[in-house]
Amino acid sequence: MTTERTAGWVERAVAEAAATTEHDSGRLSPEEQVLRRIERARRRAPRIRESRITLAHGAGGKATHSLVEGLFVEAFRNPTLEALDDAAVLSVGTGRLAFTTDSYVVSPLFFPGGDIGDLAVNGTVNDLAVSGARPLWLSAGFILEEGFPVADLRRITASMAAAAARAGVQVVTGDTKVVQRGKADGCYLNTAGVGVLERPVSLGTGHIRQGDAIVVSGPIGDHGITIMLARGELDIAADLASDTAALSGLVDALLDAAPGVRLLRDATRGGVATILNEVAQAAQVAVVVDESAVPVRPAVTGACELLGIDPLYVACEGRLVAVVDGTQAEAAVAALRGHPLGDGAAVVGRVAADPPGMVLLRTAFGGTRVVDMLVGDPLPRIC
Amino acid sequence: MRFVDEYRDADKAQVLATQIAARCEPGRQYKFMEVCGGHTHTIYKHGIEDYLPENISLVHGPGCPVCVIPMGRVDDAIAIANEPGVIMTAFGDMMRVPGGTGSFLDAKAAGADIRMVYSPLDALKIARTNPDRRVVFMAIGFETTSPSTAMTVLRAAAEGIDNFSVFCNHVTILPAIKAILDSPDLRLDGFLGPGHVSTVIGCRPYEFIARDYGKPLVCAGFEPLDLLQSVFMLLEQLAEGRCEVENQYTRVVPWDGNLRALEAIGQVMQLRPYFEWRGLGFISHSALRMRDEYAAYDAEQLFDVPGVRVADPKACQCGEVLKGVLKPWECKVFGTACTPETPIGTCMVSSEGACAAYYNFGRFTRQRLTEATRV
Repeated sequence: MTTERTAGWVERAVAEAAATTEHDSGRLSPEEQVLRRIERARRRAPRIRESRITLAHGAGGKATHSLVEGLFVEAFRNPTLEALDDAAVLSVGTGRLAFTTDSYVVSPLFFPGGDIGDLAVNGTVNDLAVSGARPLWLSAGFILEEGFPVADLRRITASMAAAAARAGVQVVTGDTKVVQRGKADGCYLNTAGVGVLERPVSLGTGHIRQGDAIVVSGPIGDHGITIMLARGELDIAADLASDTAALSGLVDALLDAAPGVRLLRDATRGGVATILNEVAQAAQVAVVVDESAVPVRPAVTGACELLGIDPLYVACEGRLVAVVDGTQAEAAVAALRGHPLGDGAAVVGRVAADPPGMVLLRTAFGGTRVVDMLVGDPLPRIC
Repeated sequence: MRFVDEYRDADKAQVLATQIAARCEPGRQYKFMEVCGGHTHTIYKHGIEDYLPENISLVHGPGCPVCVIPMGRVDDAIAIANEPGVIMTAFGDMMRVPGGTGSFLDAKAAGADIRMVYSPLDALKIARTNPDRRVVFMAIGFETTSPSTAMTVLRAAAEGIDNFSVFCNHVTILPAIKAILDSPDLRLDGFLGPGHVSTVIGCRPYEFIARDYGKPLVCAGFEPLDLLQSVFMLLEQLAEGRCEVENQYTRVVPWDGNLRALEAIGQVMQLRPYFEWRGLGFISHSALRMRDEYAAYDAEQLFDVPGVRVADPKACQCGEVLKGVLKPWECKVFGTACTPETPIGTCMVSSEGACAAYYNFGRFTRQRLTEATRV
């Protein structure tokens, strides 16, 4: 150790935080003052601090939010985009359309329970379904690496066709690009989807009220852990398959039985915890989750224990999270359980007033803790 | 889940909580330090403090492997990663630890080949399948992880793999505990001993803590009931006027440790004369380096390591937090300039770090949490 220097970035970060921090009221307890300071820091407009994109920007957590809100929304600003919902809802003539897009870079391409093909169809169908729309048409964009086996592409295309048939949608337009070997990893897909809103429902965080119930449609985390294990990097074997499925039929069953559904989301990247945080922050309510009520398969619990991951943050590809009028919670769960894709449905929590913007967990052990947005990326390229 | 659920039973916790409350001397304040970051994580993840009476506070100790890595060592590792042909491998926790100019994640985005592994054996596997690359393992951690690093080096030597090396940052727990005990601004009533470290070193090495410093220590397991029982055992010692080293984690920790693991460490590594700890400064004989016989596997000797010390930022009070002098939220930059997204101090990086645990899991006052979650 010959010389010594200081870390300039730290001094800059401290100065910046100090400039945006108001002085605290002397009447509050020191701990309460700190909590207020953090809340203010949390509410600061998202900004990208990094000079390069890191994997965290794609993880669906805080870094993704800062990228989307700090760069993309800034650039394209309009009221439809600013809602940042799973699909944009557009008025056309007297009707309403839902429009969405999603890209798929999952590795490996084939995994227990599915492949990149049905994932790309189901994912986009689900973004439309949870907006309350009936999915109708998809586009399919293929980015292929030079040398990719045609047999694999045939297999992927066949499962896309089968998934589209199951979901009642048609692939009506598409695009193909091939890049040099080494410039992509086999096959990436993009799908966009259009659906039509036929029900008079209006779903959104604005409808959420204290006393609403939080419902999930089945065991969480199956997809993320399946992908993790399918990579073969860990010597863990488990009898587990991805839950990838089109949820439009399940959504229909739910909306028929419980018109008091306030909001629907499909729990993909970032898992149930990320959705609940988005809900709590957008509606400025507290979401209180009962850990022992959250359905998780034993194999997923076990893998999460070994890997040090919380199942609440692990992706699903065929589970929805519903915020439902508390008085209709039982009807909602019964309707979900009556459908083959919802037989593990359960009420996992409720909406409370205080503290606003926070997700709290009553642990199975009987304690309490905060469940924050995900930071960093435990499982890259799961979808 | 078998062998886990048994130790997370809320009814048994309630029984223990009652016993703990009954064992507390009215009016007395108790301060116990959990040395290990794994304990800190368990405490917050399960909400264990909800079961403890107001007059028991848990102080989070220095046993979080990434929290004690000084910035200069991160810069050194990045310099190695930027050498031509190098694949740097590290545990996931290490990826976001900030150095003087950035983290592994930043270096990776700028072009360095840095890969996350779950074990040093995974790094060796990468070396085996990439014979034309030089694979370096960023070795961190206490006696819990040093045996697996040592065993990996021994296996590399046995298999004749010559493109694998270790950037050794292994540290030892006892000098850190001693540094804390010698710190004048500290008042502790006892220690929850680091269970995982103890599976390797056993319980005997802690005896000086009870004998010379008059502080009881209970070697504790990592499930929530383990921790509650260990707190109860400390209270019993204090109530009965005993001051001993006890082992709560008997299902895993042998009193004399794991001799084979200790032998492997001793064969491959030796004590450094001194090593810098983040926030705690230089502590003599507190870390391990590779023995000269294994120089061929020592990244510090194979590569030109800059070795530039980066001063701990003045604003960052990780040192006081690691010593238990400050609660995480009492740090001047906690939650404002220093957050899990943009950590300044290492305590904010790892989920085992006291600040990250507090920020993620514990941020609300107990009272407000309890009211909100009441059914």
